[in-house]
Amino acid sequence: MFNIFLDDAAALVVVLPLLISAIIAFMPSKIWPWIISLVTLVLHLVLSLHLLKEISISGLIIYEFGNWEPPWGISFKIDGVNIGLQLLFSIFVLVSTFYSRKIFLSEIDSRDSGKAYSLWLLAIGSLNGIILTNDIFNLFVFLEISALASISLIALGAGQNRKALLAAFNYLIIGAIGATFYVIGVGFAYAMTGTLNMNDLVIQLAQYSDGQLAIFAGMSFMLIGLMVKAAIFPVHIWLPPAYSYAPSAVSTLLAALATKTILYFFVRLLYEVFIIYPSYLSLFLDFVLYPLSLLAIFIGTLIAIYQDDIKKLLAFSSIAQIGYITLAFSLKDHSGITSGFIHIFNHALIKGGLFMAVGYFAILYKDRVTLNSLRGFGYKYPITSFALLICGLSLIGLPLTNGFISKLYLFQALYTNQMYFSIALVAVSSALAVAYFWKIVEQMWFSEIKFKSEKEDAYIYLPIWIITVSIIFFGIYSSPIIEFSNLSADYLISGYQN
Amino acid sequence: MVGGLFIIITSQNYLKKVVGLAIFQTAVFVFFVSLAKVLDGTAPILTKMENAYSNPLPHVLILTAIVVGVATSALGLALVLQIYRNYETIEEKEIQSLELKSDKLNV
Repeated sequence: MFNIFLDDAAALVVVLPLLISAIIAFMPSKIWPWIISLVTLVLHLVLSLHLLKEISISGLIIYEFGNWEPPWGISFKIDGVNIGLQLLFSIFVLVSTFYSRKIFLSEIDSRDSGKAYSLWLLAIGSLNGIILTNDIFNLFVFLEISALASISLIALGAGQNRKALLAAFNYLIIGAIGATFYVIGVGFAYAMTGTLNMNDLVIQLAQYSDGQLAIFAGMSFMLIGLMVKAAIFPVHIWLPPAYSYAPSAVSTLLAALATKTILYFFVRLLYEVFIIYPSYLSLFLDFVLYPLSLLAIFIGTLIAIYQDDIKKLLAFSSIAQIGYITLAFSLKDHSGITSGFIHIFNHALIKGGLFMAVGYFAILYKDRVTLNSLRGFGYKYPITSFALLICGLSLIGLPLTNGFISKLYLFQALYTNQMYFSIALVAVSSALAVAYFWKIVEQMWFSEIKFKSEKEDAYIYLPIWIITVSIIFFGIYSSPIIEFSNLSADYLISGYQN
Repeated sequence: MVGGLFIIITSQNYLKKVVGLAIFQTAVFVFFVSLAKVLDGTAPILTKMENAYSNPLPHVLILTAIVVGVATSALGLALVLQIYRNYETIEEKEIQSLELKSDKLNV
């Protein structure tokens, strides 16, 4: 009986959250939608673990929908590149769903909790689809479902601050333009090759070995569309307001996973498909992605220093961190891709933990968390504050945290490519990260006001500490993350050398 | 297509932005459908005569994209309505000046 489910595990990890989302949409109860979501995501984790087991045996799963063989049918592909991300995704959504209940209860109307969890699962299912899909048009559909679900979730923040509506609207407009650009690119690719399947696309593109203008135009449209969605530097403007005005639980999910999954697909497109035109690829990586990443790192960090609102500060630091990831991916070699994937994993954990802790402060303080409002919180809420401290140190990249591992591998990759200027810039911006994080620490522990410690909610600090402990754990015993990233890089780079 | 993008960027009215987005998306849909045209092609229906027929796949893709587009517009309009209820205007400049005022009050 259970085997039937396991056979279709690849499809079920996406379909299950989508189905359950429809079921719980109109539940009036306050608690049942949360329980059902949790059970669904536990099943989701079981299915992901099963996929990991299968992959370790066979190395590649292609799931054909309706048994239509690719390139005709839509297929999901699971291999060494995305299995690590799938596992991280599965674990993180479970933890953040556990965390989300109390936050949702205090930030949105409790009668809406069925609808909120329905959108929550919709976003989870479609983001997971982005990880698994092997079809460029299918990606667009998942991209739009996840965008619409997250926009609605962001707009739920309007109960706290009406600016959430404006943030959601801007995200809608900019996101839709990005997605439409991507579709234009897909149109060009389809016109030239007659296929939408990624593996088949590589084969078909090979016949235009010298390259055609229409293909380059299509590729550029697709990449720009994805850059908008992944908030890579000059087209990131939708991200800071969207993250900072969304309900706290939603910012956690979006900051940790939404841009990461799209970045993953971006890299996959670059190194699996567009690799067939090395000159175009190196043009794009050297003259577009590389300078933009450096600008993102520097400007993102600088703006973060001048933010008063903590959630905005974290959002701008996200822009800088996305810059680190794209910088690593623009290096075109094994070490670069490995360090990029390592930072995807680590940054998802760090930013998730930070947003969780700040989200808890937001509901305790019952207003937007600014620097002043944090005064003395280190003594008032020691458990959560200490978790925030560890996540922040990891963001800066102190040894014994997983942020250090990211930085170490990034430096090594840059060093082997002899990019000394970038090394200097990354080092400077890490130092600047100390500046903005120190402002928070100063307010929390070193202000005059001293509070007696108050009781904290175990339902909330437990998931925060799960993330925090994993940050330290992967800082000391980092081989799982490094192995998964190595595996991803192996798969992608093997296409590069052929 | 450029017209739609122009409307989105230049217009100050949120409602007009949603309409501009719809025009922009429709232009891309038409581009897809034009890809499918085969010279002297008929509708892709299975008959006993062997005719040249248009490629049905882009049509199907666009059917999906239209649904996505409708959902986007619907959500956009719903947001515009909520913005109107909260601010009593949907002009970008007026909302920005309102926000500036409330920021000053808070400080």
